[in-house]
Amino acid sequence: MSSVMQTNPLTPDDSFRVGSRSFSSRLLVGTGKYKDMDETRRAVEASGAEIITVAIRRTNIGQNPGEANLLDTLPPNQYTYLPNTAGCYNADDAVRTCRLARELLDGHNLVKLEVLGDEKTLFPDVIQTIAAAETLIKDGFEVMVYTNDDPIIAKRFEDMGCVAVMPLAGPIGSGLGIRNPYNILTIVENANVPILVDAGVGTASDAAIAMELGCDGVLMNTAIAGAQNPVLMASAMKKAIEAGREAFKAGRIPRKRFASASSPIDGTFF
Amino acid sequence: MYNRPLETKTLRYMHILVNGEAREVADSYTAAQLIDDMNLAGKRIAMEVNMEIVPRSSFAEHTFNEGDKVEIVMAIGGG
Repeated sequence: MSSVMQTNPLTPDDSFRVGSRSFSSRLLVGTGKYKDMDETRRAVEASGAEIITVAIRRTNIGQNPGEANLLDTLPPNQYTYLPNTAGCYNADDAVRTCRLARELLDGHNLVKLEVLGDEKTLFPDVIQTIAAAETLIKDGFEVMVYTNDDPIIAKRFEDMGCVAVMPLAGPIGSGLGIRNPYNILTIVENANVPILVDAGVGTASDAAIAMELGCDGVLMNTAIAGAQNPVLMASAMKKAIEAGREAFKAGRIPRKRFASASSPIDGTFF
Repeated sequence: MYNRPLETKTLRYMHILVNGEAREVADSYTAAQLIDDMNLAGKRIAMEVNMEIVPRSSFAEHTFNEGDKVEIVMAIGGG
């Protein structure tokens, strides 16, 4: 749960800062595609995530008045809500969505901006995303932006004042993993704001690789919600993120083409 | 002295579009009444009219105009 900040004794002061906020978990999870609210809650709890993404949609007109809603299940005082602009294909709709979200959440200004270009790929429309980010930043939002794994564009978003840049690892919901680790690495190396892989993760090793590349965090939804056992996958992802982070901090050995014996060569008796 | 018609305040009606559905409402109808009629009182929602946010604090006074496009939204599960 978010209220208890857990610190790793091996990596003290390794908190994750986004804009004006600080977190201990580096796994951000979406809340879509679950079977029901109970499964959503159990998976989010198992993930250890402190930041959860939500979508903004029309209220259902006069139906299911007794159905549990997300805000009751995952109260906004226990989690940091990250409203997204999923489904927006132009800057204006994305800006409207963020303003509605801010009103809905009593002035909460942290948003995940995504402006999509195409239904088949769900790749970002970077030009529209830049336009929306400019408006939102001027309007006082802290913008975490979904974008391509393009180092030049990532830097541009940072320079504009986005509080985090979130390149895709692969297409949203694809589970293809990190298609271009060198681009992610370049983005990370160039950055002065948090870089999070957002989209494309399929299983725990993908999340660990993102963290080993030096990403500050990973945002995922389908990889957990679509697993055969979402709660167990959420737990696996939590561990993968932690393992990948520790491995990154530890500093891996360089790759070599040939072997290097682990046992001493001296003192053999044969 | 009785030939003057009773003075009744004539209720005027207009049409607004709420989340894509047409509604006929009195011209004195407020945003707060709309929220009540949609069983959303006390729920965490946000409203925009013609793409402009109407703050919750002004629901009690906010009335509509013919043809207003009203969107009332909530947070749901999403990635």
